[in-house]
Order: sequence, then C-alpha cells, then structure tokens
Amino acid sequence: MDLNTLWFILVTVLFIGFFFLEGFDYGVGILLPFLGKKDEERRAIINTIGPVWDGNEVWMITAGGAMFASFPHVYATLFSGFYLALVLMLVALILRGVAFEYRQKYADAASRNRWDWAIFIGSLLPALLWGVAVGNLMRGVAIDENMNYWGGLLPLLNPFSILGGLVFVSLFTMHGANYLALKTEGEIEKRAKDMAFKSWIAATVLTVAFVVWTFFATDILTKSGVNGLIPAALAAVALLTVGYFSKAGKYGSAFIGGSLTVVFATIMVFAGLFPRILISTIDPSYSLDIWNAASTPYTLTVMTVVALVFVPIVLAYQIWTYRVFRSRVKADPKTLVY
Amino acid sequence: MDPITLSRWQFAITTIFHFFFVPLTLGMSIFVALLETKYVRSGDEKYKIMAKFWGTVFLINFAIGVVTGIVQEFQFGLNWSEYSRFMGDIFGAPLAIEALLAFYMESTFIGMWVFGWNKVSKKTHLAAAWLVAIGSNISALWILIANSFMQHPVGYAIEGGRATMQDFFALIGNPNVLYQFPHVLTAGISMAGFVVMGFSAWHLLRKHDVTIFRPSFRWAAVYALVGSVLVGAIGHFQGQFLVKEQPMKMAAAEALWETEQPAGFSLVSWINEGAQENAFELKIPGALSFLSYNNFTGEVKGLKDLQAEAVASYGEGNYIPPVTINFWSFRIMVGAGSLMVLLAFLAVLWSNGKREIDSKPWLLKALMPAAVLPYLAVTTGWIMAETGRWPWIVFGLQKVEDAVSPNVPAWNVAFSLAVFFVLYAVLTVIAFKLGIKYGKADIKIKESAAAAD
Repeated sequence: MDLNTLWFILVTVLFIGFFFLEGFDYGVGILLPFLGKKDEERRAIINTIGPVWDGNEVWMITAGGAMFASFPHVYATLFSGFYLALVLMLVALILRGVAFEYRQKYADAASRNRWDWAIFIGSLLPALLWGVAVGNLMRGVAIDENMNYWGGLLPLLNPFSILGGLVFVSLFTMHGANYLALKTEGEIEKRAKDMAFKSWIAATVLTVAFVVWTFFATDILTKSGVNGLIPAALAAVALLTVGYFSKAGKYGSAFIGGSLTVVFATIMVFAGLFPRILISTIDPSYSLDIWNAASTPYTLTVMTVVALVFVPIVLAYQIWTYRVFRSRVKADPKTLVY
Repeated sequence: MDPITLSRWQFAITTIFHFFFVPLTLGMSIFVALLETKYVRSGDEKYKIMAKFWGTVFLINFAIGVVTGIVQEFQFGLNWSEYSRFMGDIFGAPLAIEALLAFYMESTFIGMWVFGWNKVSKKTHLAAAWLVAIGSNISALWILIANSFMQHPVGYAIEGGRATMQDFFALIGNPNVLYQFPHVLTAGISMAGFVVMGFSAWHLLRKHDVTIFRPSFRWAAVYALVGSVLVGAIGHFQGQFLVKEQPMKMAAAEALWETEQPAGFSLVSWINEGAQENAFELKIPGALSFLSYNNFTGEVKGLKDLQAEAVASYGEGNYIPPVTINFWSFRIMVGAGSLMVLLAFLAVLWSNGKREIDSKPWLLKALMPAAVLPYLAVTTGWIMAETGRWPWIVFGLQKVEDAVSPNVPAWNVAFSLAVFFVLYAVLTVIAFKLGIKYGKADIKIKESAAAAD
C-alpha cells in the first residue's frame, strides 16, 4: 500500500474515532435539558461524560491536524470554502467546552439553566453541521481549477446535505441515549431508555431516506459496484440490531450496535469517496484526491512513524480512563463530583 | 477594509486572547503538580488543600485556553488557505504531532485529575497531574516549533511552488525554538508565580487561612523569581540571536533608523515612521552594541540599510515592520519583566527563613496589581515577535498578502471577527471574574463543599 492510501485510511480512522466518541457525547449534550429535570440529575448526566469529553474532542482536532499534515490542500479548500459554517461550529464548540467547566461555578438555577442550554446548542450545532458537511462532501461542491470553492454558505444548505445533518443529529442522539442508559440510574436511566427507542425510530427513518437519496444523487454507493454496498449493508444491519436490543432491554448490545452503525457509516462515506477527498461538481478533474492534495512522501513517512507509535498509546490510555470511570453515575448530591 | 487586514486583525485578536490563558496553564499545571508531589511524599493534608485550591484557579483558566486553542488549529485553513497550501507540507506536521503527543495527553488526564480523587490511588492521581503538566508544555513546544519555522525557516526546499520538508530533525532542532520554548516556558512559570502571589497577598492582608496562604506565597515567590530571572536571561540571548538572524525585527524594536557603531540603546523615542527618523530620543551610548554582542564597539545595522539589503535580495517593496509598535512592545515587555524580577526578589527575601511576609503589607498590596505585569509582558512579547516579521508570514519565503484565503469575502471575515471578538471578550470577563472569585474564596467553605466528593 502506498503512503497516500495509508494516510487516507488513517484520516478515516481518526474520523471514525471522532464520530464514535463525540457522537455519544454530543448526544448526551443534546439530551441534557430533556432527560435531566432536577439540578442533580443534570449534573449526573454531565458527569457521565465529564472525565472523558475533552479527550473525545481531541479526536476531531487531531483529524483536522492530520488532514493539514497529510492533505494540506484538503484542509485549505475545505475550511476556507466552508468558512461561515465552520466559524459557527467553532463558536458552538467554544460555548460547549466553557459551559461544561463553568456551569457548577454558579449557584443559581437560572445561570445553570443558561449554561445547560449552551451545552445543548454546543452539541446540537456541531452534530448538525458535520452532517451537512459530510453531505456536501458526498455530493461534491463547485471547486474550481485552483482548488478553491467560491460558493459561500447558501449552496451548502441544500436539502440533501440538510438531511445528512438531521441523520447525524438523530444517530448521535440515539447513541447518547444508549450511553446514558448504561451510565445512569433511577429516573434518568428510565427516561434514557425510553428515549433510546424513540430516537432509534427517528434515526432509522432519516437514515433510510438519506441512503436511498444517496444511491440516486451521488456515486458514493455505486462507484465500485457491489463492494461499495458492503459497508452500507453492515451499517443497516447494525442499526436494526439497535432497535431490537433496545426493545429487548439490552442496552449494552444496543450501544455496541449504535457504535457499529457510526463506524460502518463513516467507512461507507470514505470508501465511496476514495481516492477522491473533495469532489468537484464543475469538472471531475478539479477534484482533490489522495495524490494532488497530498504532502510529499518525506512528510508522509515522518507522520506515519509518529502515528504508528502514538495512536496505540493514546488508545491505551483513553481505554484505561473509560475503565476507571466505568461505573454508573448516581444523581445524588453526596457522591457527585462538582 | 480588505480581507487581508481583517484576517490579520482576527488572527491577532484570537491569538492574543488565547495567549492570556496559555502561559498560566503552562506554569500553573507544573505548580499544582509540585504541590501534589509534596502532598503525596509528606502526607501533609495542607498541600492537598493547596493543590486543590490552586487547581481550581488553574481549571477556570484551562477551559478557555482549550476552547480558544481549537480556533487556532483551524484558522490557518479558514483565513490563510494560501499559506496552508504553501506551508502544509511543513507546518501541518508539528500541529498534528502536537495533537497526538500532547493534546490527547493533557485533555485525557485533566479528566482523571478532576474526577479521579477518590477513584484512583494517590500516586496514580499524582501521575495524572504531571501528565497534564507535561502534556501542556509539550503542546507549547510543538506549536513553537511550527512558529519558529515561520520566524526562521530551516530544513526545507521550495519545490513546485511550495515549501517542502527536507529534514524533520532540522525542523525540530531549529535554533529559534531553542530560545523561544524556554522563554515561553519560564514566562508561564513567572506568570503562575505572580498570580498565586497576588491572590495569596489578598488573603494574607485579611489574615485568612494563613496556614495555607503563607506557604502558598513562599512557594510562589520562589517560583516567580526563578521564572522571571530565567525568562529575562533567555530573552537576552534570544535577542542576540535575533540581531544575527532577524536584524530587521531588532532594529525596529530599537527604532534604529541609521546604522550605528557603536550603537546606543534608546530608553524612549519619539518616532516618526513617515519621515523615518526619531524626533527625540534618550540614548545610553554603546549599550545596544553591548546587549547585541557583549562588547561596546559592535556595529548594529539600521532600518534604512536593512531595507536596502532586503530590496536587493527580495525585490521592490517595503520591508520595514511597524516600528512604533515594535519599539514600545519591546520596552513594555522588558520593563514589566524587570519589575517582576525586583518584586519576586523582595518577595523571596521577606518570606523565607524566620521572616513572614505579613510584616510587609505594602509589598503584599503591591503584589496584587503586579499580577497584571506578566500578562502585559507576554502580550507585548508576542506582538513584537509577530509584527516584527512583517511583511513576511514565513520569513523570506511568503508575504502576508500572498497567504490569505482568496475565496473568503471581506464581509465573512468581518462577521467572524466581530463574533469572535465579542465571544472572547465576554468569556475573558467571565473567566477573570470567576478566577478572582475562586482565588479569593475561603478555604473552609471550599473544603466543606469539596468534602462531598
């Protein structure tokens, strides 16, 4: 395998890590104001991701950094082209991060409630915008011969991509509900279980619609014949098991099913793009791919060594943190960490 | 305004705000880890209380440092896409490595530190404290490796219209970073020292919890002295390096229009950039030669000669950075730094041995506003480092005007600039208010709340 393909796979892996981990913690943020009625319940919900959300978010930052290092033209085209959407997302992420940290510094209910809504918006908006971005990557955007997209925000808000955004929101909400069903107790756990099944229905309807539309509107599923359908089929099966297991009350299995859905769906998108990364709708030859957008073999070699050494170490200590904080969080002011 | 000017303002503002929070993270993370080390080794609960108390101030600051850092990671692509294309082969690597080596580490173990007090053993918890400190500081190292290339490109070639990496070890061994990183690290240490001294002074003047704040003050005084002496000493050698490698920046910082031998050091100047002269200046003869070369006879090149040399190498254009900004930034930085050395020295002198700092209320009163000094110094230091490179974004390789995203219209940048400015200003006010509230908080109240965890 050449280095360019390897880096395409590594970037895919980073996005899988990002969507899998931030997926449930965006979901938890989206569900926070609805599943937590009392202050200690909201605190308990936040604490299910409290020790880990910051580490999860680094997956997104590393995916961005790795893209800069390995495919700098993609980094340049994507972020300058999707300027306003990305600014909006950064604002949301800033609010979210600060809200997690500062919420408990205020004693009054009104302030805390405001911070909780900041967490909600800060989780909903990135989920939606990443979905919209991925939708646009799948259908392509008007990239010119100099690798620049000049269209601004409005053409990015097309119905197909907005549906993509809703798919992300619903899948992540479902993912978060399953996570909360495993990590909380009592009333919150009950509400989370109820939400897990409801959000599964929404996610399934939206995802089916999106996949069908993808089949007709893009070449993501059809480009490489039957092979292109394999990850899509696996994602579909995984999504169906989520419904089955949450109906059967097996939330551990439902969470695994949801995780696999996110993993296979991400693989489906990236495999469908390969070897292109940003598709041009003006002329296919203007598209950015793993060759014309890449760094030099020297830089890719350096980065390969670094990634192969450090990604396993990161995985090891992150898994360890999840083990340390594996127990359920009680909504009890006596035991909650503020 | 055009997109270039707006993008420059956006980068300047977001970076200055970001760097209000970063140095305290660098210095305070080590300070807290040192306190916790003392607690684990001695078993004395006092040090645990200290670690938790200063840890709270640290966390309030850390949160904003992290979230404003995300913007830093993405704004090269947002506003400087031509820079990203030209430099991606070199610049992306340290950024990605920073995330992989350092950012994961600090972000994962900060969770362990906050939530882990009763979950993991004392030693594991201490390890988490140190991993946060090491992660934060390694993070700074990689960012400065990236910045150093922009100041002083090494180990590269220009191929196919872009800079390509030829030697990774030259990149990380850049002589510029060998000065810049220790300078930033020790700046962070002195900032943490002054912030802890400032809050401790407030408590000691009111005789609050003296068993906690006397030792806090003692530790911080030593920490601040070590930090501020080193930051100055390293800065001196860094300046000598710059005289050789970026003479234009240093000449601008001295408002030295004509070449002088020996060169005098201006204490103050009334600068007229239009006429390229100083209407008035107060100079110490030979001092600039001494600062530059350790002798009183060396020649220091002036801006006009350097401009002529630059035109000869790079073609027509104005290569003189904004002189007034550089001159005064440099003086504010050095002035604040010198005052810090003096205050830290007095603080150490009067808080060690049999002396108690409580007997010097005037010094305690002076040390509260003095916490502003390190903020002034780091901000002006970066203003000088970055504006002194003008008109280059990458020294000698790419100009700022060629680096901007061509496809982002001015109104988009104006919009994002306004949004970031308002958001950052509000968050900074919130963070400083909370920091001050928790820095002034009573230990007993805090401990009864903390006893619940």
